[in-house]
Amino acid sequence: MSGLTLFFGLFFYLALAIFLVGFLGKIWKYAFTPAPLRIPQTPAPVHAAGVPVRMFQEVVFFKSLFRGNKLLWIGGYLFHLGLLFILVEHLRFIIAPTSSVLNTLVTYDLYSGFVLLGALTFLLILRVAIDRHLYISLASDYALLLLLMAVASSGLLSRFWDGGHIRMNLPQVKAFIAGLVTFNNIGSVPTNKLFLIHFSLVLILLIYFPFSKLMHAGGLFFSPTRNQVDNPREKRWATPWVKTRPTATLPALEMQQQQAPAAAPVQEPAAEG
Amino acid sequence: MAEPAAEKTLLDVVTEADTDKNAKGPELTGEINVPRVEEGRIVKGKLSGAKPHAAKPEIMTALGFPDTLVDNWEEAAVKRLGELLEKYKSLQVYLDICVRCGSCTDKCQFFLGSGDPNNMPVARAELLRRVYKKYFTTEGKLFGKLAGARKLDLKLLGDWYAYFHQCSQCRRCSVFCPYGIDTAEISMAAREIMDSIGLGQKYCDMTIGKLLEIGNNLGMNPKALTNTLESIEEDIEEEDGVPVKLPLDVEGADILLVTPSADFFASPHVESLIGYAKVFHQAGVSWTMSSLASEAGNFGMFVGNYTLMQKAAMRIRNAIEQIKPKRLIVGECGHAWRIAYSFWNTLIGPFDSLDPNYPAPQHICEYTLDLVKRGAIKLNKEANDEFTVTFHDSCNVARASRMGSRPGGQFTIPRELIKASCNKYVEMDPATTMEKTFCCGGGGGLLTDEIMETRIAGAMPRMQTLHAVMESDGVNFMALICAICKAQFTKIMPKYGVPMEVAGGVHQLVGRAIELGAKE
Repeated sequence: MSGLTLFFGLFFYLALAIFLVGFLGKIWKYAFTPAPLRIPQTPAPVHAAGVPVRMFQEVVFFKSLFRGNKLLWIGGYLFHLGLLFILVEHLRFIIAPTSSVLNTLVTYDLYSGFVLLGALTFLLILRVAIDRHLYISLASDYALLLLLMAVASSGLLSRFWDGGHIRMNLPQVKAFIAGLVTFNNIGSVPTNKLFLIHFSLVLILLIYFPFSKLMHAGGLFFSPTRNQVDNPREKRWATPWVKTRPTATLPALEMQQQQAPAAAPVQEPAAEG
Repeated sequence: MAEPAAEKTLLDVVTEADTDKNAKGPELTGEINVPRVEEGRIVKGKLSGAKPHAAKPEIMTALGFPDTLVDNWEEAAVKRLGELLEKYKSLQVYLDICVRCGSCTDKCQFFLGSGDPNNMPVARAELLRRVYKKYFTTEGKLFGKLAGARKLDLKLLGDWYAYFHQCSQCRRCSVFCPYGIDTAEISMAAREIMDSIGLGQKYCDMTIGKLLEIGNNLGMNPKALTNTLESIEEDIEEEDGVPVKLPLDVEGADILLVTPSADFFASPHVESLIGYAKVFHQAGVSWTMSSLASEAGNFGMFVGNYTLMQKAAMRIRNAIEQIKPKRLIVGECGHAWRIAYSFWNTLIGPFDSLDPNYPAPQHICEYTLDLVKRGAIKLNKEANDEFTVTFHDSCNVARASRMGSRPGGQFTIPRELIKASCNKYVEMDPATTMEKTFCCGGGGGLLTDEIMETRIAGAMPRMQTLHAVMESDGVNFMALICAICKAQFTKIMPKYGVPMEVAGGVHQLVGRAIELGAKE
C-alpha cells in the first residue's frame, strides 16, 4: 500500500468517524433535551398520525419555505434535489454489481451535477443580491456555499478533463471506495488530481457537518413547533424536569378580602393584559 | 456649568434609552412595503435605543432575581444560557440549525415597521446565537467571528435589552421558517437570562409581581373588584333594563370564568365583559368569577420563566379548589388563551375535578358559538348594522392555540360568532390573516408607553391592511379577542389618524346583538 493510499484511507476513516460521532452526538442531544411545554405552531395536527404528514410536507416539499419565499424555495429545492440524485448516483462506487435502476440513473448524473451547481450559484446570488440576505450572511455561510460549489465543480470537471495528468479511472475509483467502505481489499488510491481534490473536499465537508448549520438535516425532525401534536387539553403533558406539581395552597383569601376597601385604581390602565 | 451627573451604574449604561417619544405612524396607503436594508451593514439600527425602563430593585428581588446588574454578568449570563440549553429542546435545536436562508427576513412587523435590520427574526436570534457560538460550540471556538461568534460585552447586552424587547413573541416568523424556528422561544430565553443577571424589564416584572401578590395585572384587590363589578351591573341594568349579574366568588357555581383583568374597566375591554355576562345570563347558567383568579393573563411566559408562570397559574388552580366549578372558561385574551389552552394542563392540571364532557379550559368564543348554534341564545344582527366589521386574528390564538375540535377552529369559530352578530363582515388581506396574521405590535410585554416608537412600528402592517378595507369596504369596526390587542390598538390608532373606536371586542358585538329577556 502506497503512502498516498494510506493517507487518504486514514483521512477517509477519520472524517467518517468525526461525522458519525458528531452527528449522532448532536441527534442524541436533540432527542433527550426536554421539551417542558407544548408549543406546536398551530394549526397543527390534533392526532399523532398527522405529525408524520406535516413532517413529510416540510421535508419533501419544503412547504414553509415555499410560503416564505418562492425564489429561495426554487434555489433550495433544486439544490437538495440535485444533491439527492448525486448521492444516489454515487452509490455506484460502493454497490457492486450496480442495479439496473441505478444504472439508468447514472446515465443522467451530469444533469444532477449541473442542477446542483446551478442551484448553488443561484443561492449565492440571492445571498448577495437581496439586501436583507446580504445583511444576515456570515463568512461561514459563504464558505459553505463555496465549499459545496467546489465539491460539485471538481466532480463535474473530472468527467470532462483528465486534470492534465492521468485520466480518471472509474473502475479504480470504485475499487478504492468500495474497499474503504467494506473494509476489504482496499485498492490503491487513484492518483488523478481532480479526484483527489474532489475526495478531499467531500471529506472536509463531512468533518465540518456536525459542527455547522448543516445539522438542520437532523435537527429539523426535533423542531418542537413542527413535531408536536396539538392536543394539550385532551392529553396532559408533564414537564420532564418537574417531578410533581406544586401543591395548591389557598392564599389567605379572607385576609385579602379584609384589606382596606380601596376605590377602583385611579390611574389609567395604560398597561394591562 | 452643568451639574455633575450622578455616576451611572452598569444597569444605567445598558438600559440607556434613546427613542422618539412623539413618534407618529407613517401615512396609511394600504400597502406594506418591505424596507430596504441600507449598505448591508448598519452599525446602529433605527430602534437600537428604543429600550424599555429597567425594573427597580424591589421589583426584581420580589421575583427572586438579583436587584441590579450583577458584577459578573458575563459569566452569569453564559451560565444561565447553559442551563436553559439543557432544559429547552426548542432553544438547543433552534440555536443550532438556522441556515440563515432569509425566508423570515421580511415577515416581522417590527422590521417592516422600522426597517431596523436587527428586527429581522434571524438577525434578532443571531444576537443570542453569537453568544451561544462563542461559549458553547466548536465552530465558534475555532472560527470566532467568521462563524458569527461574539463575546458577550456591554454593547451586545444593550442590544439584547433593546431588541429582545422588540419581539412580541408572536411566532409569525416561525410559520415561514423551513425548520419552524420560533423566535418567541429565543426571545423568552434571552429575557430569562437578562432577568437572572439582574437586568429586568420594568413593565413585565412589575406586572408579574402584582399578579403574584394581589391576583391580577392591575393590582385590584377583591374589594375594589367587587365595587367595579357592582357598578357595571348598575350600568347594564340602566341601559338594558335587565338585571344581568357579574357574580364574584360564588362557591359551587357551575362555570368559573377567568378573564384578563383589563376587562374589568379598561375600554373597550369592559364591553366584552358585559357581553360574556349577558351570554351567561341569557343561557341561564350559574357562573362566577373569582377574586383569586382575577387574571387570565400571565406575563411569566413573556419573560420565559417557567417557575413564575406556574406560580401565577396556581391561582387558577386554587380558585377551582375553592369554587368547585364544573367548567372553566377563559375570556378574550391572546397570550392568556395560549397559556390556558396549551400550558395550564401541564402547569396546574390535571383538571379531574371538572366535568369531563367539556374541554378544560374552554374559550368564551367556543362557549358562546355553541349556544348560538343550539339556539340557546338569539342574536339580532341588526343591532350591529352601524358597523362594517373585520376581524384581526390575535397572534397567540392563531399560531399557538386552537378552538374547537379541528385544526384551524381558532380562525373559524370567532368568525362564525362575528357573522352571527352582524350583517356586514369583511376579511382583510388573506396574506395577513389566520396563521399569517400580524401581531398588533404590543404583545409579548411591549405594551408600555416608553417604547411607543416600537409599538407604532409594530402596528404598521395591520394598520395598513385595516386602512385598505376601511377605504374599500367602509370597515369601521375591527373585532378583537385579546386584551393586549384592544389596549394597543386604542392607543395606536390615533397615532395613525384612525379613531380608536374602530377597535372593539368580539363579545362587544355579541353583547349588543344578544336578545335579553324571556325565552320563547
